[in-house]
Amino acid sequence: MTPNASKTLVVAVVAVAAGVLLAGCRSAPRVDYPTVEPTPSVRPSRPPAVVEERRPVSRADREGNPLDSTGQPLGRVFYFEFDQARLSERDLRTLAVHAAYLRDFRDRQVFIEGHCDERGTREYNLALGERRAQAVQRYLVSAGVRAGQLQTISYGEERPEDAGNDERAWARNRRAVMVYR
Amino acid sequence: MKAATSPCPRAVRRAFAMRWRLLRSALAILAAAAATALQAIEIVIQEGWDSPYKIAVAPFAGPPLRDGPGPVAPVQIADIVAFDLMRSGQFDSLPGDSMLSHPATPDEVHFRDWRILGMDYLVIGSARQAESGDVTVIYHLFDISAEREIFSSFLTVPQTAIRDAAHRISDAVYEQVTGIRGAFSTKILYVLVENPGTPQASYQLKIADTDGERATTVFRSDQPILSPSWAPDSRRVAYVTFETGRSTIVVQDLDRGTRERVAAYPGTNGAPMFSPDGAKLAMSLSRDGNAEIYIKDLESGELRRVTRRPSAIDTEPIWTADGGSVIFTSDRGGSPRIYRKDLTTAVVERLTFEGDYNARPRLLPDGLKLIYVHRANNVYRIAWQDLERGTARLLTETSLDESPSIAPNGTMMIYATREHGQGILAVVSIDSRVKYILPSAAGDVREPAWSPFIDALPPPSE
Repeated sequence: MTPNASKTLVVAVVAVAAGVLLAGCRSAPRVDYPTVEPTPSVRPSRPPAVVEERRPVSRADREGNPLDSTGQPLGRVFYFEFDQARLSERDLRTLAVHAAYLRDFRDRQVFIEGHCDERGTREYNLALGERRAQAVQRYLVSAGVRAGQLQTISYGEERPEDAGNDERAWARNRRAVMVYR
Repeated sequence: MKAATSPCPRAVRRAFAMRWRLLRSALAILAAAAATALQAIEIVIQEGWDSPYKIAVAPFAGPPLRDGPGPVAPVQIADIVAFDLMRSGQFDSLPGDSMLSHPATPDEVHFRDWRILGMDYLVIGSARQAESGDVTVIYHLFDISAEREIFSSFLTVPQTAIRDAAHRISDAVYEQVTGIRGAFSTKILYVLVENPGTPQASYQLKIADTDGERATTVFRSDQPILSPSWAPDSRRVAYVTFETGRSTIVVQDLDRGTRERVAAYPGTNGAPMFSPDGAKLAMSLSRDGNAEIYIKDLESGELRRVTRRPSAIDTEPIWTADGGSVIFTSDRGGSPRIYRKDLTTAVVERLTFEGDYNARPRLLPDGLKLIYVHRANNVYRIAWQDLERGTARLLTETSLDESPSIAPNGTMMIYATREHGQGILAVVSIDSRVKYILPSAAGDVREPAWSPFIDALPPPSE
C-alpha cells in the first residue's frame, strides 16, 4: 500500500473542483467526469478502469474507500431503529453506489460490521448486530456484488461508537459499518 | 464507602429502626475492612430482612493467620463469617467491639452475656497453625435461648485456604440455622473491562469469592470477552472471545489452564452453556445463516441443531435440570421472548408474556421459577416468574439490569447494572428483600456467573 502522492493530489483537487462546481450550479444535470486516473490510489498496479457513462463511482480515496459522484467519501455507516435491522431508502441509495463500485472492482473485499446499543442482552445483541450486517450484505448481493467479496461480523454492543448512555449515543451505536479491506 | 440509600418505607419496619442502624454501622466496619484489602470490590447493603437472626461471631482465638507471603493483613475468620452471614440479609451480625466477652471454648460461654445483647445465636472458634503452615479451625454454634450447643466441627486446610475454611464455617452455620445449604464457598465468574468504549479497552475474565475477595484473572484479551458460564464441576468455564477477530467459543480448564476452541464456525458463535452432566455445550450459532440453538457433544465433537427458524434470532440457551429441554430467547413471535423446547418430542412452548422484551433466562434450582431480563416502558429490569402459576414480579429496580445469575442454593441472584455510568455487579435475594452492590474500583464489571456448589476444600499439605 504505497499511495501515489501526486496522483492522489490530482484526484483530490479534481474532487474539490467537482464539489465546488456542483455546489455553485445546482441546475447542472450532470458533472462531467474528469479523465484523470479513476483507479483507487491505493492500488496503483491495477489497470485504469474505464469510466462509463452513468457509472457514478469508480474511484476511492487514499484509504481505499469509495467516493460518491461529488468526490466526497461515500457513507459507510448505516443506522437502525431500536431492535430493527431495516435499511432506510437513503441508505439503499448509498448502498447502490457501493454495489456499483464493488461490481467494478471484483477484487475489493468488504467487512460488514453489525453493532447495537447497550440496551438488551449481550447475546441477543450479538445476533441482532449480525442481522444488521446481513441486511447490508443481502442488499449488496441482490445488487450484483459477489458474495465472496463480503464478510459479515457482529460485535453486538461490545464496540460502541459513542460511549454515552443516552438516546443520542444509543442512536449512534445501532449501526452497520462497511470496512473496505 | 457509600451510605445505605434505601429508606425503610413500610411502617412495619419502624420497629426495627434500632436494629437497622446497628446493622448498617456494623456493616460499615466490615465493608471498610474489606475495602482496605487488595480488592476491587466493596459491598453496601441497601435493604434487608425485617427480622433477621441476630448472631454474634466472636473473634477466633489463636495466632494471627496470614494466607500468603509478604505483608498481608491477618485473615480474621470471625469477620469473614459475620460478613458472609450478614450479606445473606437473613442475619444481623454483632460487631466484635459490642461483645461483652470473647469466649474461645464452650466452657467460656456465658449465655447471659449474649441474651443481654439480644442474640439468637453465637459462634465461637479457635485456630492453630502447624509447622507445615496448615491451619486447623475448631468452631461451635450455640442457640442462646435454648442455652445449648447445636453444632460443632473442625477443618484443616493449607495456609492458602484459610478463607475457604471461613466460608465453609459460614455455610455450616447458615445451614444449621436456616435449613438451607449455604453458598458462601462458591465463586463468581465475571468480566472486567478497563477503558471500556475506547480503543484501549482491555478485557479480563475473573473469578472472585462471593465477598469480592481473592479476585484472580483467568484470561486476558484486548478483544471482547462475553457470556462466561460454569461447568457443573466448577473446574471448567466456557465463554466467547473475539481473540481471533471473530466470535469464538472457548472452554477453559481452570486446574490445568488449558483452553480449547469448541466453536469457531462462520458467523456468530455465542451463548455457551454446559449441560447438567457437563458433557455437552448448548450454544447459539449462525453458521447456517441466522442465530439458531445448537448442542455440541464435547467428547465426540458432534453438533446437533436444535432450532430451525430462518428469520428469527434464537440464542441464550440454558438446560432444564434433567437435560431434557432447553430454554432460550427467541424473537420468532416478533419481539424477544423466552421459549422451551423439549429435546425428545421437539415440542416448543412459549413461557413469557410480560412487558415487550424478555431475554436471557435462568432457572432457579427447583426448576419451577424463571429469572430473565425484562423490558417495559423502555426500562430493563430482572423479572421473576413462577412457571407453574404463571405469576411474575420484578426483582430489581434500576434501569439497565442484565445478566442475571442465581446462587446454587436459589436464595440470591447476582446481576449486572450501571451506576454513575459505570458497570457494576449487584446482588438481590430471590424474595427481593436484600440487596447489595459490588462496585469496581477500575473499569466496568459485567456478566457475573455464580458457580455451582464447590464440594472439595483444598487438601492440607500433609
